[in-house]
Amino acid sequence: MRIKNYVRPHTLEEAYRIISENERAVVLGGGSFLRLSFKEIDTVVDLQDVGLDFIEEKEDAVDIGSMVTLGELERNDVLKKLYRGYIPRFVGIIWSVQLRNIATVGGTIFPKWGFSDFITGLLALNVDVHLYKSGKMKLEDFLKTKIGKDILVKISIKKERRETSFQFLRNSLYDFSLLNLSLSCKKGKDFKLAVGARPGVAKPAKKTVEFLNSVDEPFKHLKRATGILLSEIEFGDDFRASGEYRKHLAGVLFKRALEEVLNYEG
Amino acid sequence: MKVEMTVNGEKKVFEVDPSDTLLDVLRRNGYLSVKKGCDTGTCGACTVLMDGVPVLSCIVLAGKAHGHEITTVEGIENEMREFAEKLAQEGADQCGYCSPGLVVMVYALKKMYSNPTEEEIKKFLIGNLCRCSGYQGQMRAIKKFLGVGE
Repeated sequence: MRIKNYVRPHTLEEAYRIISENERAVVLGGGSFLRLSFKEIDTVVDLQDVGLDFIEEKEDAVDIGSMVTLGELERNDVLKKLYRGYIPRFVGIIWSVQLRNIATVGGTIFPKWGFSDFITGLLALNVDVHLYKSGKMKLEDFLKTKIGKDILVKISIKKERRETSFQFLRNSLYDFSLLNLSLSCKKGKDFKLAVGARPGVAKPAKKTVEFLNSVDEPFKHLKRATGILLSEIEFGDDFRASGEYRKHLAGVLFKRALEEVLNYEG
Repeated sequence: MKVEMTVNGEKKVFEVDPSDTLLDVLRRNGYLSVKKGCDTGTCGACTVLMDGVPVLSCIVLAGKAHGHEITTVEGIENEMREFAEKLAQEGADQCGYCSPGLVVMVYALKKMYSNPTEEEIKKFLIGNLCRCSGYQGQMRAIKKFLGVGE
């Protein structure tokens, strides 16, 4: 990686002006993956002085600035209570303590990394992303929308009563997930389900959710629901795992997640 | 470009290239305890504290450290001398290359946990790889230093 210029603007306006005027300018979140690239970068725009390192609890949501690190999410008292600590729990097993103190919310979400556990975990909740130019949109819409030059300002996580589950399989805990899956519901209804590290970016499983929401005792319909899930999500090959293996894993992780959110004891 | 940071309590100004990492700058300026291992954010040998929390100096760009407080093993020498002795007593220090990163992490662990379990210790140190020791001696030394679990 070669960088020609390094700037730390003090306002979002200034940061946006720099990236919109320079095609080869790159916004820096934590920098973990930028550092490992072989890119020639004209200007790195470090957002740490812009004031996006906040976690604010509001009446119906928790707002998290894009420069908050994953380590800060893990240690935050508001998030330890929200969804019974769901976010710190799945964030706290991503890579290492040291890396989580560098990687940021924006640096993880904005590039839509396929390997991300964080994006998959968030898709089990109602999350809005706020972009400087493109405005507010649901996380699932952001993931399928082509975004040009823009800056992720914050995410808003809706406060609800939801049972949640985050499932993954890795070759070792200190590795990327071969596949990950998140599921939530409100008392056995209003499901949200997503599968990530497919190896493509996490994707909501809408048809499966429709089916789960239409039946009274979802676990009794596990086989049918699994069939829908495996047909609606695409699984690909990479050096970590084959698509066929990932497809098999998805069924296993889905069963575990459904058991967890329904507290199934059968 | 110039970056200013406080290293082990002393204000410093360094002339750096925009592509330099914090690791490059620290080593070039004599903080040789900070080791370059994998240089990909995996092994933990380059761990330093930035404003009190452990980070990988091979991943942090020097420009990002501007205005922050950096602590290397040299800055916590007195507090961690006892741990260094425990590492030696337990035969946990072989080539020693990973030790500075480990010492910084155990210092951070002690600040964050009052009475950590073995599982919590393992989880906290998951990003500190050692190719010599097999980790058993390190775990004994850590437990003795923290006064837990033996």
